[in-house]
Amino acid sequence: MPEHLSGILLSAGMATAAGLVGCFAVMRRMSLASDALSHVALPGIGLALAFHVHPVMGAVAALLVGTLLIWGLERRTAISTETVVGVVFSLALAIGSLLATGEELVDALLGTAGTLGAWELGLGLAGAAAVASFVLVERHRLVLSAVSADLARTSGVPVARLELLFLGAFALTVALGLRYLGVLLMGSLVIIPAATARHLARGLTEMLAISVGVALVSTLAGEAAAARFGRPSGPVIIIVAAALFLASLPIRRDR
Amino acid sequence: MDLALEVTELSVAFGPTQVIRSLGFGVPRGSTLAIIGPNGSGKTVLFRALIGSVRHGGQVRWAPGTRIGYVPQKLDIDRNLPVTGRDLLAAKAAVVRSGGLEAARALELVGLADLQAGQPIGTFSGGQFQRLLLAVALMGRPSVLLFDEPTAGVDEPGQEQLYEMIHRVQQAHQLTLLLISHELSVVYRHATNVLCLSRERPCFGPPSQVLTPAAIEQLYGAPARFHRHA
Repeated sequence: MPEHLSGILLSAGMATAAGLVGCFAVMRRMSLASDALSHVALPGIGLALAFHVHPVMGAVAALLVGTLLIWGLERRTAISTETVVGVVFSLALAIGSLLATGEELVDALLGTAGTLGAWELGLGLAGAAAVASFVLVERHRLVLSAVSADLARTSGVPVARLELLFLGAFALTVALGLRYLGVLLMGSLVIIPAATARHLARGLTEMLAISVGVALVSTLAGEAAAARFGRPSGPVIIIVAAALFLASLPIRRDR
Repeated sequence: MDLALEVTELSVAFGPTQVIRSLGFGVPRGSTLAIIGPNGSGKTVLFRALIGSVRHGGQVRWAPGTRIGYVPQKLDIDRNLPVTGRDLLAAKAAVVRSGGLEAARALELVGLADLQAGQPIGTFSGGQFQRLLLAVALMGRPSVLLFDEPTAGVDEPGQEQLYEMIHRVQQAHQLTLLLISHELSVVYRHATNVLCLSRERPCFGPPSQVLTPAAIEQLYGAPARFHRHA
C-alpha cells in the first residue's frame, strides 16, 4: 500500500475511535480529565527513549498503568475522577519532561510526522477497530451506567468492570493518536468533536455520528492542510476541530 | 410471613460518620414500605446499601429470585445531554434482553406519550421524567421497586397523579414497593409500614402507629404539617 494511503487509513481509524470514546467521556464529565490523562503517556515515552524501546510502547505501558491507577483510586476514595486525574497526571507531565529532553520532548508533546512501518499500521488499525467496536457494542451499558451507576447496577450491568474497560479504551485511543497529535493535543481530539456533537445532536445515535464526523473531517482536512503548508499536523488538526466547534455554537437546535 | 426483604443490624459509615446504625426491619411481599426522615438522615444511603452500592455491616437478605427496579433521585449526568427517553429505554431493553417488558408497554403503564419519549430528556418536565425513569425500571420486570422521592420537582396536582399511577402499577404487577418520601399524607394513605430514620430514635410500624403528631415532631423537630384524608 502506498505510504500516504496507509497514513490516511490509520488517521481515519484513530479519528473514529476518538470520536466514539469522546462522546462517553463528555457524558461522564471527563473533559478535563481526558486532557490530563493523555499527559501520562509522557513519562512512558521518556523511559522508552532512555531504554531504546519504541516510544509508543512506552506510552501504551504508561497509559495502562495510569488507567489502573485512576480506576483504583476512584474506587477507594471519595475524590472525583477529575481531581485524581488532575493531580496524578500533572505529576506525570512533570516527571516526563525531566526524562525526555530537547527535540524528543517536542516530538512527544506535539506529535511528529514520520514513515509508517507495516506493523505500526497493523497495530494501529487493530487498536482503532477494538476501541470502536467496544464503544458501539457496549453503548447501551455505557449509557445506562453514565446516567446512573445505581440504576445500571440494579439492572445487572457490571459497572466497575465496564468502567475499567472504558478507561482502557480511552487510554488506547490516546496511544493511537500520540504519533500525529502528541501528548498535549490528543486529549483535545477526543473531547472537541464530542463537545461539538453534544451541542448539535438531539439523541445518542446522532451524537455518536456527528462526533465521528467532526473528528474525521478535522483529522483528514488538518493533515492535508498541514502537508500543503509544511506545518506539523497535530496543531493544524486541533485548529480545524476547534474551528468546527466554534462554528457550531450559533446553531441552536430546538429542544 | 413471606418477606421480600429482611434487614438485620444494618449499619453504614462514611469514615468516622455513622449514617445508619444497627437498623432492622422486614418488608412483606407485595407491601409498601415508606421511608421518611429529615434531610441527611440516610434515606438514600439506606437504598444504596440495599442494592449493594455502598459498603455496609449487618445483613440485607432479598427473597430468592428478586429483581430490583431502581428509580434514583438524581442522575449522575447533566440532563441537557443529547440523550432521548427512547435512548434510555433502548439501553435498558438491551441490558435486560429477553423476558423484559417492551418499551411501548412500559410507556403505556406509566402514562407517557410515545412522542414525548422520543425527545431529549432535558425537555421532560419533572413528572414526565419520573414516569420515564419508572418505565425504564419496569422494563426489567422487577419484583421490587425502589423509588427515591418520586415527587421531587413535581407540582402538587402532578404529585397526586404520580402516586396514583405508582399505586396502580404496583397493584397490576404485585410489586413490593420501597419508597422514600416527604409527603406524609401520601405515606399515611398508601404505606403498609413506615420506617422513620433519625439519629436518635428510628421507628418502624404501620402508619397509624408511627405517624402520630408527637412522633413526627420528634422526627423532624417541627409540628406535623400533614392532614389525614377521610
